[in-house]
Amino acid sequence: MTIALAFDTGLAALVVGVAIWTITAREAFAAVVGFVAYGLLLALVWVRLAAPDVALTEAAIGSGVTGGLLLGASTRLRRTETPAAGEKPGATLRLAAALLCTLVSTGLAAILLLLPEPAPTLAPQAAANLAATGLGNPVTAVLMAYRAIDTLLETVVLLLALVGVWSLAPDHVWGGFPGPRHHADPDGVLTFIAQLLVPVGILVGIHIFWVGSVAPGGEFQGATILAAMWILAMMAGLVDAPPVSRCWLRLLLVAGPAVFLAIGLAGLAMAGAFLGYPVDYAKLLIVTIEVPVTLSIAATLAVLVAGPPERAPRR
Amino acid sequence: MSLALDALTILAVSAGAFFFLAGTVGLLRFPDALSRLHALTKADNLGLGLVVLGLLFQAEGPFAALKLIGVWLLTLLAGATVTQLIARTARPGGPHE
Repeated sequence: MTIALAFDTGLAALVVGVAIWTITAREAFAAVVGFVAYGLLLALVWVRLAAPDVALTEAAIGSGVTGGLLLGASTRLRRTETPAAGEKPGATLRLAAALLCTLVSTGLAAILLLLPEPAPTLAPQAAANLAATGLGNPVTAVLMAYRAIDTLLETVVLLLALVGVWSLAPDHVWGGFPGPRHHADPDGVLTFIAQLLVPVGILVGIHIFWVGSVAPGGEFQGATILAAMWILAMMAGLVDAPPVSRCWLRLLLVAGPAVFLAIGLAGLAMAGAFLGYPVDYAKLLIVTIEVPVTLSIAATLAVLVAGPPERAPRR
Repeated sequence: MSLALDALTILAVSAGAFFFLAGTVGLLRFPDALSRLHALTKADNLGLGLVVLGLLFQAEGPFAALKLIGVWLLTLLAGATVTQLIARTARPGGPHE
């Protein structure tokens, strides 16, 4: 027990230390590296809290994809960074930011400390009704059945983020290819790993998605791995990013939220509630939603990392 | 029997931890990027390999053991590739020959 306590204390101190380092880092690139390390440490915290599903998501999306997006952003901002470093925000602004952060942290800490003992929980109900969903993993049951509306909104938010990135494209390249065309040495190490790893990674991604119904895993984690494999293939120059005007790409991007919404609306007729599933078909309907949602999330994440269109479409 | 397995696990994982420690010290103390990468790969390859070896003695069945070995092989592959890419960018001539 004491060893576990020592480990937890060290881990917590490390998380806070890396967080402070990330905020105070002078260069954007260094801050992003700190952020990725912070995300991986946070994943360890979730493992210590016996929440492997959250740990997987944090490592894959919080640290991996977000880290990749921020790396891209910091590279783009590098040219403007030196002049921007000269302008310091005023004392009032910094004081206001510090006050606001303190207020939020104190509020969160107060809520946690004032929770009644034992803390209110819906876990027994969630476990008791697990059989009705046909799933074996209570976390997936929460995501796909009890709180399906949250998951539906998450997929829509991802799509909105992509629309935001695409809207950065200048008019003359609209509908064109995202980012620069990557070329790697065909005999080089990047091409080698892309050819070797992508098939393995696709298999692992599908596996993580599929075991999500009974074990830690699920569509977001699996989709991130699939997206990473697509990004790897694009970076090695094995495939080019698809032009954003492609019909199949857009269909792929909206397929998940669309199927989710359609089955949710059908729930009004079949089960009497939006996103309600009839008990006999719950598992089947959930899998029918999960497959397109996984593909859509994977496509959205990969195209997000690829960035806004930069090369005009071929006519 | 289980005592012997536990002893083997402790031995291998401790040896792995030693390599991680040595790799970290090298990362902090070595003078240039290439030597630092060299130290780091020892932690990745040998350190993680020994930790996985130690955990193999505790694995529940052959599939769990295969998964552990798979994790090690994937890390080896990723580590070796990323090290190559960083080394190519870091060396005096730059990323291109």
